[in-house]
Amino acid sequence: MNADFLLKIDALSVSFGGVKALENYKLSLPPSRILGIIGPNGAGKTTLFNVLTGFIRPDSGHIHFNGQEITRWEPYQIARLGISRSFQNICLFGKLSVLDNVIVSCQIHERTSFLSALSKTRAYKKNEKALREKAWKLLCVFGLEKHADRRAMTLAYGDQRRLEIARALATAPKLLIIDEPAAGMNPNETQDLLDLILKLKEKFNLTIVLIEHNMNLVMQLCEYIQVLNYGRLAAEGLPLEIQQNQEVIDAYLGDTNNAGSN
Amino acid sequence: MSHTAYFFQQFINALSLGSIYALVTIGLAMVFSILRLINFAHGDLMMIGSYSILMLWNAGVPVWMAILAGIVLCGIAGVIMERVCYRPLRGSAEMTTLLTSFAVVVLLENGVTLLFGPNTRPFRILNFTSPTFSIDSILISKIDVISVVLTLIILLLTTLFIKKTTIGISMRAVADDLTASHLVGIRLNRVIVSAFFIGSLFAGVAGLLWSARAGKLYPLMGFIPVVKAFVAAVIGGFGSIPGAVVGGYVLGFAEVFLVALLPPELQGYRDAFVFILLIFILLVRPQGILGAKTMQRRI
Repeated sequence: MNADFLLKIDALSVSFGGVKALENYKLSLPPSRILGIIGPNGAGKTTLFNVLTGFIRPDSGHIHFNGQEITRWEPYQIARLGISRSFQNICLFGKLSVLDNVIVSCQIHERTSFLSALSKTRAYKKNEKALREKAWKLLCVFGLEKHADRRAMTLAYGDQRRLEIARALATAPKLLIIDEPAAGMNPNETQDLLDLILKLKEKFNLTIVLIEHNMNLVMQLCEYIQVLNYGRLAAEGLPLEIQQNQEVIDAYLGDTNNAGSN
Repeated sequence: MSHTAYFFQQFINALSLGSIYALVTIGLAMVFSILRLINFAHGDLMMIGSYSILMLWNAGVPVWMAILAGIVLCGIAGVIMERVCYRPLRGSAEMTTLLTSFAVVVLLENGVTLLFGPNTRPFRILNFTSPTFSIDSILISKIDVISVVLTLIILLLTTLFIKKTTIGISMRAVADDLTASHLVGIRLNRVIVSAFFIGSLFAGVAGLLWSARAGKLYPLMGFIPVVKAFVAAVIGGFGSIPGAVVGGYVLGFAEVFLVALLPPELQGYRDAFVFILLIFILLVRPQGILGAKTMQRRI
């Protein structure tokens, strides 16, 4: 296991019935990079994210994160180790307040016991207060503090997406996985999102893996790109290489002049 | 007795009975909201609590110590029940866990019958039922005051716990969205054990109040209250904790005033009317008073 890589995946395969969703996928991702994963719908991108975060068990292959094999771990264990994600279709606690959504994620590294919660020891209370402040600060980074007491499901769509990223960051991840963050956003919002992701990467020292259909965003943001097609790696390389790869253009990008328009 | 006095007398009875129902129903709702398990053995936790208190008291433990220890034992019994009976079945169909809960009922009720005999035993450890004071011919007994005050305190503490503490927030989070709670690394087992422990503590308190009210206990005493709590949970909206409280009190009032208003020859059918009410609500508003419209599959 090479310690230079934060995330290393070897020969990963997943199939659903007869359909091979991922076949012999591999990745070596050094820390502090932004990796983009593109490909047509059904190419296996979201399956890859689900395997990475423990929601789907792979048929074969190995995943190492931060020097540890995490291949068959439970989602909560993986979250605790430092992989956090946002969903393509937003997955918030809709009935909880915006602040509670973040608090509940902040607390995963706390070691408070149930008995201390019942007995309300001083240390416990202090801890609760610290959590609350930490969650509040995170909301401020995203400009969501004015909505702190609203139920998450009443937020505007863009705010829900940002809350989802805020909540993902509350677990203090090393690796942030973002599934189609720009879906349904207009060009202005997309530009804001791009700035936000870059800001977060610096501020929280993150490594980021991103699925996105908006080629403009992917090409501007990502340092390295993988193209998936029918569960296989069709190509990988620097953004410029991908843009000039004839196979990729035929299969996915289409006419490069229109590539950013979607 | 004047009409007004009669009304107030019944009002106090209803408040007292409703409080006990609310306590039992909260425990049922807490576990259901997280696991989608209707734990019919919840009533037997009341029975375990009452037996523990009586046995400790018979053994010479001071009465308040016996009560406290009995309630804590009840909480522990709930945690053991989860660990032994329900955790191995985590992820199986809801019907499976529901049937398992009936198996637990049979096991516990027969187990206690074997240990302590099937007989009804008097439960008069604090002389709870004696009237303490009367206002204008309305009799108020200790048990009424204790039931109502204790329940209100517990409701207040529970609300604070659920709203403010991280475990409380985690419980709401898991109830709201299981996938998302995996995602943010909530330790599900801790949340589930907390729900069972707290719910069982409340069952212990309810068991104490129920036995004290009746002045007796017996191995099958948990059956009626848990079925009533089920009705109360349906009335309030299954899985909703405020709904559990509303349902408990609505049921308490419905029962008491049904008896008060029905002609004497129909009063014996009080429970039949309660279940007619259940059928009516299931037909007209199956999600209950405060329940959400949809109920997705869980775990």
